[in-house]
Amino acid sequence: MIPLQYYLIVSAVMFVIGAVGVITRRNALVVFMAIELMLNSVNLTLVGFSAFLGDASGQILVFFVMTVAAAEAAIGLAIIIALFRKKLTVNLDEINILKW
Amino acid sequence: MDVYISDILLNAPFEIVVLTALIVLVLESTRGTRPNISSWTSIGGLSLAAVAALTNLGASVETFGGMLQSGGFANYYGALFCISAVMTILFSRNYFERQNYHRGEAYILLLFATLGMMVIAASNDLIMIFLGIELMSICLYVLAGLFRHRDRSNEASLKYFLLGAFATGFLLYGIALIYGSTGTTNIASIRTAFPHVSHDLLFLTGSGLLLAGFAFKIAAVPFHMWAPDVYEGSPTPISGFMSTGAKAAAFAALIAVFSRVFGPSENAVHQIIALIAAASMIAGNVVALAQSNLKRLLAYSSIAHAGYMLVGLAAGTADGQIGVMYYLAVYALMNLGAFGIIGALETENDQNLQMDDYAGLSEREPVLAACMAVFLFGLAGFPPLAGFFGKYYVFLAAVKARLLWLAVIGVLASLMSAYYYLRIIVFMYFEKTKAESVPISVPMSVRWTVIFCAVLVLLFGLFPSVIVQTVLRVLF
Repeated sequence: MIPLQYYLIVSAVMFVIGAVGVITRRNALVVFMAIELMLNSVNLTLVGFSAFLGDASGQILVFFVMTVAAAEAAIGLAIIIALFRKKLTVNLDEINILKW
Repeated sequence: MDVYISDILLNAPFEIVVLTALIVLVLESTRGTRPNISSWTSIGGLSLAAVAALTNLGASVETFGGMLQSGGFANYYGALFCISAVMTILFSRNYFERQNYHRGEAYILLLFATLGMMVIAASNDLIMIFLGIELMSICLYVLAGLFRHRDRSNEASLKYFLLGAFATGFLLYGIALIYGSTGTTNIASIRTAFPHVSHDLLFLTGSGLLLAGFAFKIAAVPFHMWAPDVYEGSPTPISGFMSTGAKAAAFAALIAVFSRVFGPSENAVHQIIALIAAASMIAGNVVALAQSNLKRLLAYSSIAHAGYMLVGLAAGTADGQIGVMYYLAVYALMNLGAFGIIGALETENDQNLQMDDYAGLSEREPVLAACMAVFLFGLAGFPPLAGFFGKYYVFLAAVKARLLWLAVIGVLASLMSAYYYLRIIVFMYFEKTKAESVPISVPMSVRWTVIFCAVLVLLFGLFPSVIVQTVLRVLF
């Protein structure tokens, strides 16, 4: 059996890749994909812990996370489309009317 | 794990809000959009839910297999959210009409957002906190971008969505690590497991990530960058709702998790909260000094207020919690009222939002100017008004918990804040009206709502014991 640490390390690395992606990429869609990567790394952590602890509630939480991520994807893409129709760009550097 | 009738009865406020939301949803989708009917149905349902919540302020009981904690604590917040939502709808009706937005769908989203907030305040399980936060946030992302043909609204919505989803990632990772170290997501069980894991790296990392997620939702430094942009770009009454309801909901979750799990013992978490509080008070107030757009100014002031409230949590004592809960209620009234007035005076295309547009307001609109002055004095924390006692309670709790330095920073920061609040009042009362300013007719419903808020701010300031007694009842 693969020890728990392996799952935790893989998911931690995925989480960091996602977080770095959110900070460094300028395309709204890519940023959104990076966020999804973060959520999925959390799912991997949860499933790993759940199997290790022999407790189902972690896996139940994963189902909720997937459902919420789907809802978030629907809303997020709708927002990006609304913005693209107005400005014809999804580059975050060009979306900058609001600033101090 | 059975569901009993008593569970359903104890959670009556939730069910009323859900039913109202579904009724409005069906009405909107089958009979064509009718903002008037939808808004009044929503107001009726939310008022009923607020009354249902206020009739049950007794001890907390675990319901639905320990997922929810119904009773006083949840219902205090539930009533607060429902009343904020009612006022937001009363302001929105007129605002949407003047901004040429004739649709009722906003009220459905407001109802579901309110429901999410109520779930957060009642949750006894990290899963419920996550679901509540997401239900609230997803509705608020859409509400921020409600005017989808306007650049500002779009941009606010996108920024809120991307940063909000980013913060959700941290929150969830925190939940996952806490689950891994304690083997449970139930807050009461985590409390029992706490002595065994209090020095576990996994648990501490998880708590830190969870704290970062919550700090984002209450807009505390260093996770505050979204707030000014989002509050400025969103429809004004919605900004008011986000700065009061959403903030109060995140504070309810903070109290539920951190006060219940960590208890009053001195530890690293309280020191981190104290640092966040100090940074929020200083940064919020300093940047607010430089603002001329009122929505943006209030956004920075709301960051500072999140800092004041965190002072009460950093104390970690019961006094601090009482202070925070009192502060949240009166802050909601003051900020909703202020955003309501700003929304009522705003003209199309985000005009009439600058500070000098308010010059001579006391001559044009004496009642609104007087109410605005009450809210601003309250936010600044002048003695006879409710805002003063909010600050007094949290700072007193900090002093008692030997956090004197934090209380001193708080008092100095609120002195600084008096400058920009008073500047608006100076413009309203001592400057001449600009020649090009257009007269605006403000309907009676908005006037009366504003006056109601102002009277409550005065009353709760003169008789703070009304709220404090209620808080004492629901906490102990």
